[in-house]
Amino acid sequence: MSTENNVDTGKPDEKPAAIPRLHLSSSPHVRSSLSVKMIMLVVIIAMVPSLVTSIVFFGINAALVTAVCIVAAVGAEYGANLLLKRGQTIGDLSAIVTGMLVAFNLPPSIPLWIAAIGSVFAIVVAKMVFGGLGCNFINPALAGRAFLMASYPAQMTSFSTPNFGSISGLTDAASSSAVDAISSATPLTAIQNAFADGSYVASDFATALKNLFYGSVGGCVGETSALALLIGGVFLIAIKAVDIRIPAAFILTTFALFWLTNGTGTYFTVDSIITPTFHILAGGLFLGAFFMATDPVTSPITPRGRLIFGVGCGALTFVIRKYGGYPEGVSYAILLMNLVAPLIERYTRPKIYGEVKKHG
Amino acid sequence: MIAKELKRGIITENPILILALGLCPALAVSTSVKNGLGMGLASMFVLACSNVIISIIKAWIPEKVRIPCYIVIIATFVSILQLLIKAYTPALDSQLGIFIPLIVVNCMILGRAEAYASKNNPVHALIDGFVMGLGFTVALLILSGIREFLGSNKLLDLLVIPGFQPMTAFILAPGGFFVIALVMGVINYAQRKKGA
Repeated sequence: MSTENNVDTGKPDEKPAAIPRLHLSSSPHVRSSLSVKMIMLVVIIAMVPSLVTSIVFFGINAALVTAVCIVAAVGAEYGANLLLKRGQTIGDLSAIVTGMLVAFNLPPSIPLWIAAIGSVFAIVVAKMVFGGLGCNFINPALAGRAFLMASYPAQMTSFSTPNFGSISGLTDAASSSAVDAISSATPLTAIQNAFADGSYVASDFATALKNLFYGSVGGCVGETSALALLIGGVFLIAIKAVDIRIPAAFILTTFALFWLTNGTGTYFTVDSIITPTFHILAGGLFLGAFFMATDPVTSPITPRGRLIFGVGCGALTFVIRKYGGYPEGVSYAILLMNLVAPLIERYTRPKIYGEVKKHG
Repeated sequence: MIAKELKRGIITENPILILALGLCPALAVSTSVKNGLGMGLASMFVLACSNVIISIIKAWIPEKVRIPCYIVIIATFVSILQLLIKAYTPALDSQLGIFIPLIVVNCMILGRAEAYASKNNPVHALIDGFVMGLGFTVALLILSGIREFLGSNKLLDLLVIPGFQPMTAFILAPGGFFVIALVMGVINYAQRKKGA
């Protein structure tokens, strides 16, 4: 901008006027005041409602699992930084978020040492060896969950009965004398079994929707209460910590696909939306859609890319839940989409101003 | 000279951990020490024998069809080995299964034939086959030891720590990748430290 000061006037003895100091830096030039630490703090605050409801429904176990996971995650990050001789990064609070998310993905009755292993794996193997925050290619918390699912399948899939409810959510605590075989299964297993043996009747599952919404059903620490997750998610979207595209595309895709295969044979009746509503409220869908698929490190940054990412997560969740061997597919769906996130970014890169489409 | 060759095969040019050759069988069979040892010794046998034969007849192998020639020689020894294992250790045969015939396409063996045996005399080729096979075996023992301990809390089928609940993931495929990556990482770190 002030290059005239540098123009060689041809008169070497004539000193140019004081050259203004120009600071040169590469983009981005416009920075938001939001720091990593602030975002992490906001995410932690957004997770508090889920933690509170979880403690209400699962008692002190939920708090213990969460505490152990956080301590293990922060300790692992501290230790890894020491070993790898990097600067300490535990101050950015991302390890606390990862620890909480690991805990949210574990059953409340899990032995605490298993929870700690999951946290350490998430931090050390999925995050620190790739270079720390920002360099991991998959969501660390989900990697921790996947590792535990492969290592301790029995402990990872035994769920305790919540206070004020039943594991499947199909029967209330008051009427739990009428417990049938179905009530020991989680909501997703229950609806899958009903579909598998052809005994699905929409009205049977309608009563469970309320329990699923409030969270008095069996499940992982942070996933059961759709209401609490919704509060946290809306908070994150409202303060723009999370782009609404990913959770909206994720949830709507799952809803639409289950609506198309809703089992009643009709599409525009009240009964036809029970299956899809059940599926988006049950399991870890809200947790995954609001808190894990939106991880800024492992999801695409382009707006169109985020839509594709969300739709992909939703479609994979549907495929795994409907046709896969596991009752729950959210975590694997997000992990798989994490892997293709760079590819999505490449193909949805916005056109640079003035760029001409290449021919042939 | 023997000590130097041993060091080359086991440490400085370890086929799995340094040259990154023969990773498929290393990942596939390192689920227990027994399998790792069996695979390592089997590969060592094939490698040493094929190295010698290739070194002897290298003058008569036409340049353009050398790879098929090597493969035929290697496959001959693998067939011999497979019949021997089937006859004398049927348990190992059922454990290693398809990975015994697949020794034919183990890139460590083809790699040594191409890079060493076809350029050196039979004695040196035999020594190279032996030390490289030993390096392969040692690497497999390290990997399978870690995986068997963490994945099933056993070493050579004996319980290690009573009460420790093993992490099944380590004897599954992902565990193989984790362990081999971490071991290679540690070795690279040690080498860099030594070089610096």
